[in-house]
Amino acid sequence: MTLPVKMTINGTNYRHEVEPRMLLVHYIREVVGLTGTHVGCDTSQCGACTIILNGQAVKACNVFAVQADGAQIMTIEGLAKNGQLHPIQEGFWEKHGLQCGFCTPGMIMAVYQLLERYPKPTEAQIRHQLEGNLCRCTGYHNIVKAVQYAAEKMAGR
Amino acid sequence: MYPASFDYHTPGSVQEAISLLGKLRDDAKLLAGGHSLIPMMKLRLAQPKHLIDLRKVPGLAGIREDGGSIALGAMTTHWQVESSKLLQAKIPVVSDAAGMIGDPQVRNLGTIGGSLAHADPAADMPAVMIALGVEFVIEGARGRRTVKVDDFFKGLMMTAVGPDEILVEIRVPVPPAGSGAAYLKFPHPASRFAVVGVCAALTVDGKGICTKAGVGVTGAGTKAVRAKGVEAGLAGKALDQAAIEAAAAKAADGVDVQADLQGSAEYKSHLLRVHARRAIEAALGRAKGGK
Repeated sequence: MTLPVKMTINGTNYRHEVEPRMLLVHYIREVVGLTGTHVGCDTSQCGACTIILNGQAVKACNVFAVQADGAQIMTIEGLAKNGQLHPIQEGFWEKHGLQCGFCTPGMIMAVYQLLERYPKPTEAQIRHQLEGNLCRCTGYHNIVKAVQYAAEKMAGR
Repeated sequence: MYPASFDYHTPGSVQEAISLLGKLRDDAKLLAGGHSLIPMMKLRLAQPKHLIDLRKVPGLAGIREDGGSIALGAMTTHWQVESSKLLQAKIPVVSDAAGMIGDPQVRNLGTIGGSLAHADPAADMPAVMIALGVEFVIEGARGRRTVKVDDFFKGLMMTAVGPDEILVEIRVPVPPAGSGAAYLKFPHPASRFAVVGVCAALTVDGKGICTKAGVGVTGAGTKAVRAKGVEAGLAGKALDQAAIEAAAAKAADGVDVQADLQGSAEYKSHLLRVHARRAIEAALGRAKGGK
């Protein structure tokens, strides 16, 4: 059994036939071909697969593609505009918020929601709101600094 | 990880979902937020042949005041509960506890009804529901019925919701003036599930006497339970430190504390007593502060 799904990802419309058991993260990576969204733990703990689904950060390894039929989705590839890094991406660059970089796409999408909900976050808020994203390299300190950098930059615009 | 194959259904009403359940019986599972079910399906601990997704059923999500209660639609997400101004004003412990579930991504999709119907023994919200004395509205082919929280949790991942029924609403009574409640947990460092969690809900009168106490515990045993010994140690008493400590010392009494990877039964019983004391102290502070 396959079912038709259509969704808008980073402003582009897609239509495919998928098996109901296909996970959204596999749909995005393997069917649509956007491989910036990573599969880390595949058990909805690490957050590497975080995307924005209808305005909310979700772990795409824990959603079926059929559940996202009709959805608006943004992935890491949708963040930079006209070759210009988004302030969150710039923050990770400037503050050395990544080392190996595997967690970074999911981390950045989680930060995108964090700054929507808490435009002037405290350090405690930043750490609490990033509990769904694991980083095994940085120890998180530079990620917190990257978020603070982005918050200031976005407030100034 | 791919789950086993299944057919996917999106009924447009509760009645349609119930008739699907009646037809497909044990081969079907209801899908709400999917944050317990989908991981189980990926591990093939659950292999339903049919998934009945409730996302297109209108009227199942939302938070509204109804008489002396606040009604939470079963498909209301943890984030909606966490960020509800109504709950924050009237029964803040529910919002607080929702904000301690999993992580932000989990809270965006996970639902209060899905979580409660799943009845994971380490879930947070069951303890809060027990402490507050909520009621569950369950719908089936024969109509709606209401179940009190003390009759809802039946055992490990077992509830009063029948195989052809759907949990549609949770009704939380708004506590009277002079009430306060707090939920505290010892979270597992990776999963954020409660190794133990305790919710205390207290009402105190003008003389500082506790007129009503509700205490629920989760995490320690095979299901969330009411800590009756703690409640008996609080109700009718002036809550000085000695009374609080004596009551909290009963936190593991009557709980089927399970030794597991997280710790021995002795260790988890100790955590229960410590968290009970802290939850009571925090609840009392809120009761006296008027919240």
